[in-house]
Amino acid sequence: MSTLDTQTAAHVEDHAHDDHHEHHDNFWTKYIFSTDHKMIGKQFLVTGIFWAIIGGALSMIFRLQLGFPDMDLEWIRPILGNWITPQGKLDPEFYLALVTMHGTIMVFFVLTAGLSGTFSNYLIPLQIGARDMASGFMNMLSYWFFFLSGVVMLVSLFIETGPASAGWWNYPPLSALPQAVSGSGAGMTMWLVAMALFIVSSLLGSINYITTVINLRTAGMTLARLPLTIWSFFLTAIIGVLSFPVLLAAALLLIFDRGFGTAFYLSEIYIGGEALPQVGGSPILYQHLFWFLGHPEVYIVLLPALGITSEVISTNSRKPIFGYRAMIGSMLGITILSFVVWAHHMFVSGMNPFLGTIFTLLTLIIAVPSAVKVFNYLATLWRGNIVFTPATLFSIGLVSLFISGGLTGIFLGNSAIDIQLHDTYFVVAHFHLVMGSASFFGLMAGVYHWFPKMFGRMMDSRLGYVHFWLTFIGVYMVFFPMHYIGIAGFPRHYYSFTNFQAFSGFSDLNAFVSAAAIFTFVAQLIFLFNFFYSMYKGRRAPQNPWNSNTLEWTTPIEPGHGNWPGAIPAVYRWPYDYSKPNADKDGFEDFIPQTVPLSETPNSNLPFEKEQMEEVKQK
Amino acid sequence: MDTAIHMTPKPQTPLAMNAQKFGLWLFLVSVVLLFGALTSAYIVKISETGTLGISLPSIFIVNTAIIIASSASLQLAYYFAKRDNLPALRIAMVVTGLLGGLFIWGQLEAWDALLAMNVNFVGHPAGSFIYVFTGVHVVHLVSALIFLAIMLYASFRLRIHSRKLDRMEMCVTYWHFLGGLWIYLYAFLAYYN
Repeated sequence: MSTLDTQTAAHVEDHAHDDHHEHHDNFWTKYIFSTDHKMIGKQFLVTGIFWAIIGGALSMIFRLQLGFPDMDLEWIRPILGNWITPQGKLDPEFYLALVTMHGTIMVFFVLTAGLSGTFSNYLIPLQIGARDMASGFMNMLSYWFFFLSGVVMLVSLFIETGPASAGWWNYPPLSALPQAVSGSGAGMTMWLVAMALFIVSSLLGSINYITTVINLRTAGMTLARLPLTIWSFFLTAIIGVLSFPVLLAAALLLIFDRGFGTAFYLSEIYIGGEALPQVGGSPILYQHLFWFLGHPEVYIVLLPALGITSEVISTNSRKPIFGYRAMIGSMLGITILSFVVWAHHMFVSGMNPFLGTIFTLLTLIIAVPSAVKVFNYLATLWRGNIVFTPATLFSIGLVSLFISGGLTGIFLGNSAIDIQLHDTYFVVAHFHLVMGSASFFGLMAGVYHWFPKMFGRMMDSRLGYVHFWLTFIGVYMVFFPMHYIGIAGFPRHYYSFTNFQAFSGFSDLNAFVSAAAIFTFVAQLIFLFNFFYSMYKGRRAPQNPWNSNTLEWTTPIEPGHGNWPGAIPAVYRWPYDYSKPNADKDGFEDFIPQTVPLSETPNSNLPFEKEQMEEVKQK
Repeated sequence: MDTAIHMTPKPQTPLAMNAQKFGLWLFLVSVVLLFGALTSAYIVKISETGTLGISLPSIFIVNTAIIIASSASLQLAYYFAKRDNLPALRIAMVVTGLLGGLFIWGQLEAWDALLAMNVNFVGHPAGSFIYVFTGVHVVHLVSALIFLAIMLYASFRLRIHSRKLDRMEMCVTYWHFLGGLWIYLYAFLAYYN
């Protein structure tokens, strides 16, 4: 008993200490140079939304070109200026710039920074019971490096020679030689600068997330009691720390090739009959280095969405997550496998075909942990008492997209079939479903679910339902027909198909896809309105709107700096005690928060929990 | 007072270490990956084009001795800090810094020697890689020198002593790491030439 008293006394002191340091924030320290993880998370979210609008708008422009090649685009001239030719058409080189920037922005700025940056920052300290990140200053730097990177990337959109145009992976020699395409001039330089800044931001963030999860958990928060969200953010950060330095190495060598005339990636190139001096380089080397990041990047994008989905589905099915340990195991499996499959992006690059068979095998193994996850989601939903909030719908939508997009991955992972399918719209359809849309749905699920915690107000759920159904239907209308276009042999990155007899039969399908894309994009305006309107005018959020078990709902409705006004609560159980048998006899409804000790729930404790209590008593 | 606290013993706090040190180790992991990527790229490269077939500048051996000596002197500094011998700590830190500077100067001399051997930055990729390895390593060493300077300043402000060694330990870890990294790079280049 005496130890307990000193402990509580220590907490009271702790508390007083915190109060002492309570600053009076002004606008700059509160909203701009904030070191509070919650504000930084919101900064990432709002910046991510900004970039999602830009990235989406870029895709609208090239979809117009693909779907309606005869359309007079004179009306976009006020925005694009001379990138609209005097004939009222989109400039073919700018078309390449558009697809490049769409990819870069969506992969890095929206689905890495906007998703992992937002929710890792916002949820890690709240869900593990910490006052803030391990280093608030590093966290602030992480956001500001991201912001700077975004500024450079945004400016590159407006320079005269255009932004980078060699595809989001920017393979040399296309990206190394300004003679190749006008975007490989200043635009490519700015792309590299922006990416270097982004890598710094991402490393600062990831190091912080891992350190925080390992070292700052509250009393009782063992690894086996972590919510699956935290597990996913943790593994995402590990992937980031291991893969982004390799991209830095690739970018560094590319910078030398571009700026100093070295020959890491270039060899025996003739331009206009003139031989370039570089000899001995290999463009495939760049591809290896790039995809060693590039493939794990796919999981950096996807894992946080899967973690959010686990949490949302379990909470709203009012059932424990099915296979908690299997979920962790499959995420671990995905993390490890993500580093040994990169060459499946390079089956037709001239790589040794024998190597291709090995990477085919490793790639297909990823289907196993992915299938485990899908099975567990479905088993969690199965006979659950499902509450259909917008977040639930988006999570179920993610599972659907993950299945339909994942199935085509099995085709593409085979090096033999890939000879036919590579670089066609089949690939585009595949990764937009499984990575793009699925992660976007995870992001949306997260926003709808944690909006009340972030802003103390509820989003309008009816608008949420409308937003979900329009987006869900829209996404399938866009990407499902795209598989057929791909099987018909349409290559990606082509400005126009009207010159080819073979492709004229599919112009109506392309027009349909474009119309559906515009429909889906416009549907996002509903979300934007809902988001910003609810921030100020939404219904006030209750303490625990979704009847959830995790720690963030034990903080005040609008938590201040330090998250809990008193001592940090201790944790006594895992986060998925939903609809536990006999919980009503203990005075609980269908959920028992993590902060409730086992001794308060004698009727609903499971046999192994009773054993745990016995052990504690004996100590 | 919540009754629950009285009835149930507070669960154990999870095992944790100094968060800053942990963060440093993660940073070192990312540096390992950076050099791992560069050196594997080198292996891939020479498997296609062959090595330069030169003997590396002999000054690399001197530089290796210098960086080992600097690690020893910084370890000595740490030893003095542990015993609160602040004047000796400062001298050992200054010596470490000078040795670090000498190492960087030595690496630049090595570049001169390479140029004399007609191994240029622009030219055969295997030669370019030598410049990249040494250059990127020196950039990291400069950051370690800045870290060391901050520690020296801290020692004058009496912020390093036997009961406050965390940051000093991080500085020592980083310095030793960069020494080890150089030995790896040198052995790597020697082996593949």
